[in-house]
Amino acid sequence: MGALEAVILTIITASTPLLIAAIGELVAERSGVLNLGVEGMMAIGAVSGFGAALVTGSPGLGILAGIGAGAGLSLLFAFLTLTLAANQVATGLALTLLGLGLAGLIGEPLVGQPGVKLAPVVLGLDVLVFASFLLTAAVAYVLFRTRLGLVIRAVGTSHHSAHALGHGVIAVRYGCVMFGGACAGLAGAYLSLAYTPQWIETMTAGRGWIALALVVFASWRPWRVAIGAYLFGTVTILGFYVQASGIGIPSQFLSSLPYLVTIAALVALSGKGTFTRINTPACLGQSFVPDR
Amino acid sequence: MKKLLGGFLALAMGLAIAGASAEDKLKVGFIYVGPVGDHGWTYQHDQGRLALEQALGDKVTTTFIESVSEGPDAERAIERLARDGHGLIFTTSFGFMESTLKVAERFPEVKFEHATGYKQAPNVATYSARFYEGRYVIGQIAARTSKTGIAGYIASFPIPEVVSGINAFMLGAQSVNPEFKLKVVWVNSWYDPGKEADAAKVLIGQGADIITQHTDSSAPLQIAEAQGAHGFGQASDMIKFAPKAQLTSILDNWADYYVERTKAVLDGTWASGDVWGGMAAGMVRMATYTNLPEDVAKAAAETEARIKSGELLVFAGPIKKQDGSVAVEAGKSLPDPDILGMNWYVAGVDDTLPQ
Repeated sequence: MGALEAVILTIITASTPLLIAAIGELVAERSGVLNLGVEGMMAIGAVSGFGAALVTGSPGLGILAGIGAGAGLSLLFAFLTLTLAANQVATGLALTLLGLGLAGLIGEPLVGQPGVKLAPVVLGLDVLVFASFLLTAAVAYVLFRTRLGLVIRAVGTSHHSAHALGHGVIAVRYGCVMFGGACAGLAGAYLSLAYTPQWIETMTAGRGWIALALVVFASWRPWRVAIGAYLFGTVTILGFYVQASGIGIPSQFLSSLPYLVTIAALVALSGKGTFTRINTPACLGQSFVPDR
Repeated sequence: MKKLLGGFLALAMGLAIAGASAEDKLKVGFIYVGPVGDHGWTYQHDQGRLALEQALGDKVTTTFIESVSEGPDAERAIERLARDGHGLIFTTSFGFMESTLKVAERFPEVKFEHATGYKQAPNVATYSARFYEGRYVIGQIAARTSKTGIAGYIASFPIPEVVSGINAFMLGAQSVNPEFKLKVVWVNSWYDPGKEADAAKVLIGQGADIITQHTDSSAPLQIAEAQGAHGFGQASDMIKFAPKAQLTSILDNWADYYVERTKAVLDGTWASGDVWGGMAAGMVRMATYTNLPEDVAKAAAETEARIKSGELLVFAGPIKKQDGSVAVEAGKSLPDPDILGMNWYVAGVDDTLPQ
């Protein structure tokens, strides 16, 4: 394996979980729902995926379990915020705490167990890396080229208008939130099955929050989210390379660089205020109670 | 009816007796900084707690509070245990220092033990382990087994404990091969398997064929295993994660200390103090030497024995700093306070120490 290949492979594995989680959250936010529980859903996805793969011996089933667990937890969020119209910010934060705690509880017997690794298929890349690209392409296509996407964006931009036109605002949002949960669960399963095949508590280490930030800084555009995720991964890994080559740049600075570079790049990309305004879902974070 | 009454009476008496014996039992509390499931630092402390229950289960009961953040929360958690009638409380992270001292002042009859701290009080003792002794041993193993002559070191934060570990590793390696090279990557986290794995990949990509770490997860070992490199476990035995790659593991063993100190409280001989135990005290142990040629394993065991007997001091002079100045003169050894405050690299480390 050449040195450059190794670098590229490392960057791809570091970026993939961020991309998957962020794409899911993007869809939820496009429909007007701000789910701050990404970190918790990732943790649940990681522990469920790891546990299922360990018990069945099949990483494929592990992935499905991760997706299912993430979607399941997001269903709880959807019920609270959509059906009961609870505050989305508070509920999302609670979901993170619940997810992390629950994952620790479920995962107790799994600590210290070597897991089942998702084997690479082509060029040292596993199937989920390709899935993440397909996912991005599919989301970009559906959101901006199909009727369904139009409805989702309409629900996110003006829920009252969408409702008046006869679209089921709550139903659309349920679907989008659960899609986001499934993606977060998948991203978590990627961590515990492909990235570092093991389960330990808090192994998500803040990646859910980074994914959340990426969505905002990418102005809710799928390909920009992909650029952001890869930029973040690239700068993180290159920072390690710089350190390992013994060039005397302070490591604290290198650690903060991915955040700075990604934010700067994405802000520069969406430099025009109008662009961001057009893309921001106007109903983001607002509860919708149908009046008739 | 009489029978029933008698039964109740017996039951009540039984309860009273059970209650009395529970009262007599010493309650020992533990405050953990991480989750018990971290399989690293906190996990090893909890293993110590379980060993204590095993050894003195008829005389003590134990309680723990996990994932306590270092700050105001810690004070509340410690106070809760103290108020709850605990006679001995172990606070197992450096950041609990001030909180432990504050609570100890309010509960003079409760004994406190604070891990890795340096401030004592009449009812607060401190304890830590000389992990650097183990790092010297693995440094020697690294230099003897590496083909490229380069090791990669994944480090958490530039605090003296971590720096002294890097230096001890390097001194061990240099005692075998003076030309040995060490690359250091700081991940600025104790605990992020993803980042640790990335750092390991990067280090292997830059020619290191031995990976060692001062972070808590087994991710770097897994990468070493997958890429045909070798490495060492951290805090607990990680052989399950890397059956071909792990050469040995530095084990934290708090069990003996916890049992000993609890016994001291039970028989009334407990006194405040500062214990910094190493291999001699059994606080630092090495896991089985595996995947090694016989002579290397033998040499490692010999070094371990020499450190244990006190014949070999890790920071014995002559030691030169990175800038060429003399750190320790020949014939002298670095005193403990200087090891505890170490903020310089020995010559040969291929890194600039973050300040």
